[in-house]
Order: sequence, then structure tokens, then C-alpha cells
Amino acid sequence: MNKTAKKNIHSMNDSFWNTIHIDLTLLSLITILMAVGLIILYSAGNQSLSQLSSQVIRLGIALVVMLIFAQIPPHKYFQWIPVVFVLGVILLFAVDIVGHIGKGAQRWLSLGVVRFQPSEIMKLAAPMILAWYLHDKPLPPSLKILFFSITMLIFPVLLVAKQPDLGTAILILAAGASVLLLAGLGWRLIAIATGLVLASLPVVWYFLHEFQRKRVITLFDPERDPLGSGYHIIQSKIAIGSGGLFGKGWLSGTQSHLQFLPEHSTDFIFAVAGEEFGFMGSVALITLLLAIVGRGLYISLQAHDTFSRLLAGSITLTFFICFFVNMSMVSGILPVVGIPLPLVSYGGTSMVTIMAGFGILMSVHTHRQLIRR
Amino acid sequence: MNYAGRFYAVIGLLVIAGICLVLRMADLSIIKHNFLLKQGDARMHRIVSVPAHRGMITDRNGKPLAVSAQVNAVWVNPKLVPLDHPEFDEFAKLLGWAPTKLRHRLFQSKNKTFIYLNRSLPPGQAEAIKNLDIPGIYTEKTYKRFYPEGDVMAHILGNTNVDDAGQEGIELEFDEWLRGVPGKKEVIKDRLGQVVAELNTLRQPREGHDLALSIDSRIQFIAYRAIAETVEEYHAKAGTVIVVNVNNGEILAMANVPSYNPNSITGPRDGRYRNRAVTDTFEPGSTIKAFSAATFLQSGKFKPDSIIDTNPGRITIDGNTISDVHNYGVITVSQAVQHSSNVAMSKMAAVVGAQQLSKTLFNSGFGEKTASGFPGEVSGTLSARQKWRPIETATLAMGYAMSVTPLQLAQGYTMLAAGGIKRPISIVKNERVNSGERILPENVVQEVVKMLGLVTEKEGTGTRANVNGYRVGGKTGTAYIAGKHGYDHSRYISSFAGIAPLDKPQLVCIVVVTEPQSQHFGGVVAAPVFSKVMAGALRILAVPPDNLPPVTVEQQPVPPAKT
Repeated sequence: MNKTAKKNIHSMNDSFWNTIHIDLTLLSLITILMAVGLIILYSAGNQSLSQLSSQVIRLGIALVVMLIFAQIPPHKYFQWIPVVFVLGVILLFAVDIVGHIGKGAQRWLSLGVVRFQPSEIMKLAAPMILAWYLHDKPLPPSLKILFFSITMLIFPVLLVAKQPDLGTAILILAAGASVLLLAGLGWRLIAIATGLVLASLPVVWYFLHEFQRKRVITLFDPERDPLGSGYHIIQSKIAIGSGGLFGKGWLSGTQSHLQFLPEHSTDFIFAVAGEEFGFMGSVALITLLLAIVGRGLYISLQAHDTFSRLLAGSITLTFFICFFVNMSMVSGILPVVGIPLPLVSYGGTSMVTIMAGFGILMSVHTHRQLIRR
Repeated sequence: MNYAGRFYAVIGLLVIAGICLVLRMADLSIIKHNFLLKQGDARMHRIVSVPAHRGMITDRNGKPLAVSAQVNAVWVNPKLVPLDHPEFDEFAKLLGWAPTKLRHRLFQSKNKTFIYLNRSLPPGQAEAIKNLDIPGIYTEKTYKRFYPEGDVMAHILGNTNVDDAGQEGIELEFDEWLRGVPGKKEVIKDRLGQVVAELNTLRQPREGHDLALSIDSRIQFIAYRAIAETVEEYHAKAGTVIVVNVNNGEILAMANVPSYNPNSITGPRDGRYRNRAVTDTFEPGSTIKAFSAATFLQSGKFKPDSIIDTNPGRITIDGNTISDVHNYGVITVSQAVQHSSNVAMSKMAAVVGAQQLSKTLFNSGFGEKTASGFPGEVSGTLSARQKWRPIETATLAMGYAMSVTPLQLAQGYTMLAAGGIKRPISIVKNERVNSGERILPENVVQEVVKMLGLVTEKEGTGTRANVNGYRVGGKTGTAYIAGKHGYDHSRYISSFAGIAPLDKPQLVCIVVVTEPQSQHFGGVVAAPVFSKVMAGALRILAVPPDNLPPVTVEQQPVPPAKT
């Protein structure tokens, strides 16, 4: 009885969106972000229409991917994730082997016409497998469960880090860790884990590539090598700082338009936004991104089963970490790692992954009634 | 497990992280705003110099000899130029390159960020290149020097380098005068150095000054043509002609062969680039005998008609034999100059002494640089020692044991032509005549000039120097070139130094031909050049003739027939 009453409350419109498994609030927020992103990109790319249109096409593809992922009910994800995860790890191994044959960083796997990065699959597969593993375990997880979880996580993270793609590896690790965090991992264990991570930093330092070490050093002292490794941070700090409270105005940023700011269409696009729209613009953008995160967390909270809840929560947190790490690196809080600003930076692959994640969020939210029945 | 509880804790973490981010943004864009704004400006504001127009060099009549024209420098950043740009071939064509060659060049330098492709492109082409709108290609206004007279004037003018600074010749000597002061302007440049906006002019460029030379380009052209023809005819190594205005010491022409085209300097920096008139010295030989004769007359020990016995046409001093071309027998001092008798000169020098000779030569300007100020000018050699062996005394009187530049020789003859008064030689047009300095008594010089007149008359060595309508005087010179092992008896320098018109001298002309083949006497090789150049110069300057043949009956104007 209660159910029927609830169903009747839904307006015609709402039930239509529900039927096609779209969360209108999330879609609206994403669309606004995309529009804002295109406005910034138009300026950052020196008003290149060809760059803008290829970005529009990518966003379109990503929206379709989101739509498809939204149609798949959570229990299907639940069924298939072990297979996908194992397949993903195998592909990462394959990339690693191909990488040995070729030279330098090897992230792509070429399947005839289509090239894709298995590490992108892992951004979703890693949190999903943990959610799958933890869904029927007593929560908060015991030490033993924690150990197994970490074991599952460690393979993809190390393989991606080895490529070397530190940015993605950190994101996969963060996605997995966010599942554990949401699963109610005891604060004591978290404190211990944090301690262990801090203690292991010197070891990590030893394994870092030379260019990665430089980035860390540069964070603390960019003036040490102002034309080399410090160049990015100095230029982006100047861009943001010179924007002031209200910015220099759209298309009027000098740092980016005079090409002092490197990567101004991709990883450092936030500096362009900061320079042209100022502090107010940056805060507005952060607010918009936080609104998306808020909606994601709301969806997670509304989920009716543990798997969905953990999955939705970790996807949302991963998105947060993406933009937080990007903005932190552009403003000089964190070292430079190659993480783009989601849906704003120019470029394809990670955007598709993020939208697939939003698709899963929508699936979780719009398939609730079905699961309950 | 209270899922919601953990949830709010996570939200709390996110909020803290978000606040951190916002605080950092506030730190950068509000607290450090002014500092970072200054840092940004420091990166894009640049002060650049505005090239100043270099002064024009003209001849004495205002004809342009060196002019600066506005051109454009084209440079590229090979990292940015798309080699497959649809307009790339057009760009190569405008530059005058083969497209494949240019592609190859840019591909080779793809790690560089700056290459000049052309530093003197005409403005039209530069504009067309700009309009192609290919990324990574830049143009900048600059100046290029053009020399309309080409190789005729090359050695006098010298040239400038790509940065518009004088390198040689007048361009170097008067660089400070010609060069302007570059202006300064404040611009905005992007990271690649391309100027994207001009803010304001801090200082206007000050243009360089123009400079009028003493050269008469018409006479210069005749001189260059004449010496070039002769050098070619006798397969000589080099040749020099100098024409000087007797009244004020102005150089009217100064031509050297071989020469080069200053508008397109290619090939090695070889002898073609030397201004031999001032950089090369040679033993003058008989042309010095005019100064020797003047010294003898000035000593009072000889008069023009004093008798000297040159039999048997040779004389032995310190074991060296000095001989004449013929045995002239018993001759006067005037005839000794006319025939260029070595024996007579040696005998008179022994009487007067080397010290007197060298004093006259030094006062006449030998052994030190002229006042022309040409870069690379040398002083030649003239010994100032007190003791001379008899053979050295004799050779000095004959124009050996010393070396001179052609310009010094011209200066010396100008002094003789001016009645014994030496005025500084000048390559710049003189507004005021320098009163000069008397070197020799006027009566002595007049006698010497008369003797020079005999040289071009019958029985003289320089008959081929004559000019129709004018009486000219001069002295031939034929000197061996000193090699490593004494004098080389197959290499000569043929010269002629002369004055015209003889009654009231206006011009001095020096001709030096280095290593002529088949003929080597100065009277044969150099004298005809003198004749050609002098004839042209006298006509151009409208000098009244002093030797017109008497008017014959046939040439009398026929009175109109009465009807």
C-alpha cells in the first residue's frame, strides 16, 4: 500500500525520466558543468573552433555512454564484475608486456581500430569489485577482510603505476580506499593505514621515476628550477593570482593567451578559469562540482542495498578526488600529477570513464523500485 | 553499522577539503594578487629597440651611393610551423625557396625555436607572408643597405653587416655619424617572443646623418672602367686609380680592381675586398724621382740645366751596378727626369745626401698615414736613420728602399701640383679649403713640374699619357716586386703619376698596375690609363683647355652668304 502511494506521487514527467533511467538533477548539473567547460575551453584553446567541436563530439559520446550505463541495472553489474575485474587485470598485464617490447610509457592497447586504456576500466572496476566483495560481509570490515580487500586492490594499482601513470594509479587506489572508508572501516584502522602510508613514503620515493621526484621537489620550491620543472607551477600560480577577485574577463587572460601557461587546454585549464573569472569564478566552479558530489552522495545514501551504496559512494568520491587533485596541483598544493579537470579539460578517455560512472549512479538511483520488488 | 553516520563524517571531510581549496584560491588571487600580477606583467612586458634609419652616403653632387631601404626579416619557430599547412608551398615560394628544401631545413631544425630564413625581404613579400597566417612564422621591420653603384664604389664605401653596423670603408670610418640612435618602445610579447601588442614609444629613434663624399661618381666610373680594362688587357693581378683635386686635397675618384659587389657578398674574404689604394704598399720606383729632383734643386747644388755625365749608361756603387735603359750620355737635370735616368739620379744623390732626400719624402707625406682616415690604411716604410750607405742613398733617389701606398703617392703629387703646399687628403666633401703647409719652395716646384711636362713630350717615357687639348705632366714608374730572395725580375709594378693641366694644375691622377703580363713599362701600361681618366675628368669638370691647336683656316666660321 505504502509503495503504491509513493508511486502515485511521482509526476508524469518524473516517471518518464525514471523510465529511461536518468536522474534529472544530476544530468542538469553535469550539463551545466559541460557548458561552463566549453566556455572555458574556447578561451583556453585560443578560440579554436575545431578544438571546441571535437570536444563537443567527445562530450556527446560520453553522454551516450552514460545513457547506456544507466540502463544496466545494478544486479547485472553485480553479476559481471568479477569477470570484468579479472579481465581488466589481465589486460593491464598485456599492456605491461607490450610496454616492455615498445619503449617508454605504454598505456594504450590497440584493438585494430579502437584503442583504449585498460587503466580507465580499472577506475570503475576496482571500487566495484570491493563493493562486490564487501556487500555481504559484516561491516565494519574486520582486519582479515581488509587484508583481502587490499590484496585485490594492489594488483591493478601497481600495474598502472608501473606504466608509469601515477595519476591514474592514485585515482584507482583512492576509489578503492573510498569504498573501504564508506564501508565503515574503523577510525583506528584508518589512522594506522595513514601512518603506514606516511611511513612507506620513503620507499615509494625510492621507486618513483626521476621526473616524478622532480615534481614533488618542485611543489615545495618551484623557484629552484623556474624554467624547468618549476615552470608549470609558477606560471599557473601567476595565472590564478593575477586574476584577482573578479578575473581579467573571458578571452582576456594573458598567461594563457600569450602561451606562458603550459597545457592550458588540458591539465592546467583551471588556471585559465582562475585568471579570466577570478576568485569568484573559481569558487563558483568549485561549488558546481561540489553540488555534483552532493547529488552523488545523496544517491548513495538513498540506495537500498550495500553493493549499490558502496558503489555509488565510491564513484562520487573518485569524482571529487579527480577535481580536488587537479585543482590542488594547478594551485600548487599537491605535486603535478597528470589528472585532468573532469569534463572541463580537453581530451577524451577519462571523460568517458567519468560519464560511465555517472551512468552507474543513475542506474543505482532509478532501479531502486525494481530491486525492492 | 550506521551507514549514515559514516556518511556524514565523509561529507565533513569533503567540506574541509573544499574549504582548503577555496582558501588556497583566496591566498593566490586576493592576498598574493599584486605580487603575482607583477610577476605576470614582468613576463610579457618587454622593451624592444626600434631600428633607426642609417644616414645616406652621397657623392659630391648628391648622388646616392649607399641608401638604407626598409626590408623585413622573416624568422620561424620550427617547433610551431605545420609542415603540411596548405599555404606552406606558397610561403616557400615567397621566400624564394624550393618547398621541399624548406621543409627539409625546418624538419632538420625541429628542436630549435628560432631560425632566420631571410633578413632582407621586400615589404610586399613580407606582407604576403603575414597574410598566409601560418603559425610559427614571424616578420619584423628592419633596414638593409643598398649600394646602387655596385662594384665601382665598393672599396670606398665598404659595407655594413646584417645588424646595420659598418664593417669596412666609409661605413666603418663614419659609422657613428651615419648610424642613428635606435628608439625604444614597450611591447607585449608572448612566450615565443612574438610581439602581440605595442603599448607606447619610450623614445623615438633618431635617424643617422647623411654624408657627402668628395667623390665625383662620374669620374669614379671612368676611372674604374679604365683600370678594369687595362688590368684585363695585360692580365694584371690588380690595379688602382686615384684622382685628387689639387686645390683642396679632395679625392674625386679612387678605384681598385679586382672588386666585388657589395649588394651580394659571397665567397671567401679574399683580395677582392681590399681597398688597395690604402692597404697595399709597393716600392714606387721612378715616380719618386720628381721628389728627388726637387731635393737636388732645393739644395742649391743643381739647377735644371746643370750637366751630368751618365756615360756609359751605368754606374757601380758598393759593388752594385745601376744602369739606364739606354746610354743617354751627357744630359741636364731636366733630361734626367725626362728619361728617368738612374745613373744621373744616383750621381746627384751622392752629392746631396740621403738625409735631405728622406726629409723631403717624409715632409711630402710618405712614411705616415694620410688624413683620409680609411680603415685598414697603412703608413708604408721610410727610414729615418742618420747613416746611409752610398748604395742606399742611390736606391732611395730611385724610389727603392721605401714603400708607399697609392694614396700617399697621390698626396705627394698633389703637393707638387699645388706649388709645394701640402693639404690634408680628404674623402669627405670639403666646404672650406685648408690653407695647408708649405713643403718646398715655389720656384723649385715650378721647375719640377716643368720637368714632368717633358716626360710626356717627345723622347719622354710617358708620351702615352697625353690628353688632347691639355698639357699634362707626370712620371712613369716601373719597379720590380721584391720577393723573398731579393727582386723578382719577372714581376713588376707599373705606375704613372701625373698632373693636368700643366699651366694651372687642377687634378692629380695616380695609376698603379700590379704584375702586368707581356708589357711592364709604366709608360706603356699605366700612362694610357692616366690619359683616359684625365681626359674624362677634365671634360666633366669643364677645365679650360690650355693646349688647343692653332685655329686653321678651314675651321674658321664661314660668314653667311649674302643674298
